Amino acid sequence: MAISATKREAIEGYLYISPWLIGFLVFAAGPMLVSLFLSLTRYKIITPPDLVGFSNYLRMFQEDLFWRSLWNTIYYALVFVPVSIAGSLLCALLLNQRLVGRTLFRAVYFLPSITPIVATAFLWLWIFQPNVGLANYLLDAAGLEGPRWLDDIRWSKPALIIISLWGSIGGGAMLIFLAGLQGIPRELYESADIDGAGANAQFWRITLPLLSPSMFFNLVLGLIGAMQMFTLAFVATSGAGQTRPAGGPAYSTLFYVLNLYNHAFDYWEMGYASALAWFFFLLLLALTYWQLRLSRSWVYYEFERGERW
Amino acid sequence: MVAPSASSRPYVAVKKYLLLAGLHLAALLLGAAFGLPFLWALLTSLKLPIEIFVFPPSWFPETPQWTNYVEIFRQAPLALFFFNSATVTVIAGAGQILSAALVAYGFARFRFPGRDLLFLVMLSTLMLPPQVTIIPTFLLFKVLGWLDQLRSLYIPPWFGGGAFAIFLFRQFFLTLPREYDEAARIDGANSLWTFFRILAPLSIPVFVTMGIFSFLGSWNDFFGPLIFLNTTEKFTLALGLTYFQRVVSIGGRATEHLMMAASMVMTLPCLLIFLLLQKYWIQGIVMSGIKG
Repeated sequence: MAISATKREAIEGYLYISPWLIGFLVFAAGPMLVSLFLSLTRYKIITPPDLVGFSNYLRMFQEDLFWRSLWNTIYYALVFVPVSIAGSLLCALLLNQRLVGRTLFRAVYFLPSITPIVATAFLWLWIFQPNVGLANYLLDAAGLEGPRWLDDIRWSKPALIIISLWGSIGGGAMLIFLAGLQGIPRELYESADIDGAGANAQFWRITLPLLSPSMFFNLVLGLIGAMQMFTLAFVATSGAGQTRPAGGPAYSTLFYVLNLYNHAFDYWEMGYASALAWFFFLLLLALTYWQLRLSRSWVYYEFERGERW
Repeated sequence: MVAPSASSRPYVAVKKYLLLAGLHLAALLLGAAFGLPFLWALLTSLKLPIEIFVFPPSWFPETPQWTNYVEIFRQAPLALFFFNSATVTVIAGAGQILSAALVAYGFARFRFPGRDLLFLVMLSTLMLPPQVTIIPTFLLFKVLGWLDQLRSLYIPPWFGGGAFAIFLFRQFFLTLPREYDEAARIDGANSLWTFFRILAPLSIPVFVTMGIFSFLGSWNDFFGPLIFLNTTEKFTLALGLTYFQRVVSIGGRATEHLMMAASMVMTLPCLLIFLLLQKYWIQGIVMSGIKG
């Protein structure tokens, strides 16, 4: 049989990427379309889906818990993402100095991000134990009365934010900043020294602009990750023995995905949950697009624009 | 104003030392913030129940209760959970690495119509949150009879292994000179042979890095097992830990020492991998950050 080399190469290429192609159709594109369809139906699994138009979406915007979960998620992301990124940057700046035992410090900072989230949740449930927990003991020693943390609607979200910060500040973002810092040419600082620029000016004029690509990467991933907050809240708020529904007290930690999970896999409202899923998808898409647009004005690229990836 | 000339020399030196001391102090304080909670959990895992609910708490147990680590395996089928997690992690990891590497090979070394578009589509799935597809996937697994089966967790990674893995491999393959595989092709080797004999051995660092990420992804995954698994015997460690909490808390006795011990057991493999493969781990994160 005579097939040209070009054709042969193309066939082989398709063969190699075929696992992904099949996976994409079966686990991504297909499900996206199916969930779009389901979002227009009432579907409780036992009976076939029932077309109901846009009523799931209308219901969503009228439901108090939808808005509450959206607000909780935005609150969490708005506090967590900036603090986490600033903290990572601070740690990276510190580790970039000539410290004795730098590698050891780096390993200790990194330790929380190695700890599995479920283990992290249990660890902090114990630290935030209101009566004998370590957190309130330390506050007590400092003469302050500790709150009831995850049992208190005013403190439940901050508590989860603290836990997330512990697990993320010394993790991947810090390492990426550290690599970024080490990639900044020494000569820039040396010539700034000669020009008489102080440490402060050097930070704002050299370090920060040259770190902006790392900053952008951490920001985009951090925001998407924060919006998807689930496991920590689920495990930490469902209480000992999961005797109470996750998201409490009084829905103060009901995050978007938690609400989605409840509707899909607790009340088996697959149609409504699919509408929640699609709205979520569009929301994340809009957020990412908006960040990309914004990035043009503040992310500084050293290389020419044409270079992709 | 500091007077210039020789008299300012010692002043500058002192200032430098103070700054350095301050930096070390800051590094130590941060180290405490990251390390102490972990240490606290570790020490709790070695305490007696009566040592737990005391105020003010004491840091160290009177005598370390290593038997707590035996006790947890009696209270719940933790060994089985551990085994389930290991099964999923190994099979999913093999599938993810192998299929991602081959798909990346296809994208990196072959010319075919629509390649660049497909590559963009592939990259865009990075932005697709798993929660959006979870309901149809659940329904699909229900039809396939995969619900409450470990294969619901370890088969999907065999289909390309995810955009991130493919991307990482492709970027690395692009840095390898084409002349290597062309030479092999001229000698009559087919493309699969070329991949395994030429490209793969040169890419071992990426394979190790991807292995670490894949391990972490499966080992720590909670969402998947929560949705797909039902019976206790099928639970992975992440899900099993919440089951463990439910079981030991019956009766209302102090259980924190056992909870912390179980959490440590789950963390230990991650810790070991970090200690053994730290270099690859860190390189991988940096690589993903710079190229991303």
